Amino acid sequence: MKQLLSFVRKEFHHILRDRTTMMILLLMPIIQIILFGFAITTEVKNTHVAVLAPTNDEATRRITDKINASAYFDVVAKIHNTDEILPVFRDAKAKLVIVFEDHFAEKLRRTGTAHIQLIADATDPNAATSFSFYANNIIMDYQKELMAQNTIPYQIRPEIKMLYNPQMIGAFNFVPGVLGMIMILICAMMTSISIVREKEKGTMEILLVSPMKPIYIILSKITPYFVLSCVNFATIMLLSVYVLKVPIAGSLLSLVAVSLLYIFVSLALGLLVSTLTDSQQAAMLISGMGLMIPVMLLSGMIFPIENMPVPLQWLSNLIPARWYIQAVKTIMIKGLGITAALKEIAVLSTMSLVLIGISLKKFKIRLE
Amino acid sequence: MLKYLLRKEFKQILRNPFLPKLIFIFPFMVLMVFPWAASYEIKSLNMSIIDNDHSTYSQHLIQKVISSNYFKLTDVSSNYKQSLKSIENNTSDMILEVPKNFEKDISSGLGGKVMISANAVNGMKGGIGMAYLSSIIADYNVEIIQKLLPVSAGVNSIPTIKTDLFYQFNPHLNYRVFMVPALLVMLLTMLCGFLPALSIVFEKELGTMEQINVSPVPKTTFILAKLIPFWIIGFIVITIGFIIAWLVYSLIPAGHFYTIYFFAAIYILIVSGLGIVISNYASTLQQAMFIVFFFILVFIMLSGLYTPIDSMPEWAKWVAAFNPLKYFMDVMRSVYLKGSNTFQMTRQLAALVSFAVFVNIWAVLSYHKKN
Repeated sequence: MKQLLSFVRKEFHHILRDRTTMMILLLMPIIQIILFGFAITTEVKNTHVAVLAPTNDEATRRITDKINASAYFDVVAKIHNTDEILPVFRDAKAKLVIVFEDHFAEKLRRTGTAHIQLIADATDPNAATSFSFYANNIIMDYQKELMAQNTIPYQIRPEIKMLYNPQMIGAFNFVPGVLGMIMILICAMMTSISIVREKEKGTMEILLVSPMKPIYIILSKITPYFVLSCVNFATIMLLSVYVLKVPIAGSLLSLVAVSLLYIFVSLALGLLVSTLTDSQQAAMLISGMGLMIPVMLLSGMIFPIENMPVPLQWLSNLIPARWYIQAVKTIMIKGLGITAALKEIAVLSTMSLVLIGISLKKFKIRLE
Repeated sequence: MLKYLLRKEFKQILRNPFLPKLIFIFPFMVLMVFPWAASYEIKSLNMSIIDNDHSTYSQHLIQKVISSNYFKLTDVSSNYKQSLKSIENNTSDMILEVPKNFEKDISSGLGGKVMISANAVNGMKGGIGMAYLSSIIADYNVEIIQKLLPVSAGVNSIPTIKTDLFYQFNPHLNYRVFMVPALLVMLLTMLCGFLPALSIVFEKELGTMEQINVSPVPKTTFILAKLIPFWIIGFIVITIGFIIAWLVYSLIPAGHFYTIYFFAAIYILIVSGLGIVISNYASTLQQAMFIVFFFILVFIMLSGLYTPIDSMPEWAKWVAAFNPLKYFMDVMRSVYLKGSNTFQMTRQLAALVSFAVFVNIWAVLSYHKKN
């Protein structure tokens, strides 16, 4: 035990004496959570719209105004014939063109039907489906208004309740995601060099001839980074509650418990990389670059996992961030107890055991 | 002089046991697996239903909801509490509750109501589900009204606006077209940003940097020798990308390959230059790596690669305006989908060229031969 403690102290010295690196480690997550927490959302807002209305009448004007008034759209241009549609898209002036048929209001009044074409720039298919959907909805709203004017009986009124996030704030969805992504990447990158650096510097050989057991070496490598990560977690939490205004609906204690487990898994992942590689360069590239893409795309942070093809859904099971983000959403946003996140906790615990187990097994105690 | 330095750089890269593998295998793996991951299209929402009325109307309505493509019935519950459990367990996304006397209230002319609750943790998903469901209910409502309303009142009293939707440039909403260029840009940024940053700090840690510093190699020549190999690596990566995009996803740009190569040539200079600037300031591999990581993550997240820039707050749009990745992403998508040529993208060209000049002058100036 005394051995372990003095070893931990040595590791703390290693980290504390490099002030610059420590400042980078502590400041980086702060800037990232603020930038991403505010800026990342899959909602579409302020989409630029161009309108083509051959006949300027009551109905086309009302619909255009309604579209312009919604938070989703800004009407930026009026065009006068169909030849202008393509240039509008090419010059990126607008992402959506609304084309009314001529004599729109008249047709609507006389025959009861009138046509609108929505032409969307589908270069980004995700955004295109969302905003054309919203536009369609606004038009349907207008239709409902017309209907309400003649007070028809037999109406069905839906009563709507948005659970957990009544104002539908994007940050509620993205803060857990960003939290999961930043924590795992930073934790893994920090520990990934810890053992390989000793290998490169040659100090590993001294450790190996000492009576330290591999498990002690590994634990003492993790401890200081664990403390540092806890500080990072605390600042990120404070920022998301007080700056990004995402409240903690559930118990803080459960949230902290899951997060500590997650930090441990992430650190163990970095450690595994460190035992498997021979150079700091390789270790950092694997943990930084190799992890970034899978964590970003398969954790459910941006793209919902249930939409992915089945093989990718399996693959996403291997990403610790996926489980953590789910657990955070359950506890922090839905406000459910820790029992609702038992599955996620079980998966994360297993992962941590497996990762530490492999690291121990691959830890070479003999010189080559 | 440059020739010998370049030969040294290439030797160092090639004899490294890890780097050549990374340069060839990493793009391959990324482009084979991840293009399939990306869609936040809401395909099917799981629905929990409570029917307290058990009437013809309520059953028709429920039938209409579950026979639509949007919803999948997961459970029929007897009360709200039970339904809420299924939302808590993530087995369903929405609850539709039909109250008692639903049919009676409608036929009496009073008007019926239904209760909808949606899981809105993901606000967009909840909102879209809500809107789908409302439109189905509205459709059903029109059916009922048409049935119950005396014919004399006429069907014309219900005005309908028909909307037709066209998806320009990508009519079948092919997500691969969206993802492959995005991933290619990401790969290029990572490989050409991380590697040069590491290569200079690596020399610092090894001590070979001091040898270069005392040699008569001019600063510009040294920086050029560091830039050119990554320039070539960038071209290799992008060519691998084109081949995979063509063979696996049958994607061929609507515009010209050389437009992309031309812009890529400038873009690689920016990221590699940035990598060098960072490595000039960093003293350890770890520092360099973390700072590059920070910038690359910010570039990627604030570029419109995966989430739209239009939705960001005003200040974030300003930050994004200084993001070279945003301009290069624009170029990639425009060339691949819209077939734009260089003259239609002078704005992006101007932005990228100014970034390249600025960053590389900075790279030369921040490299000090004396400590």
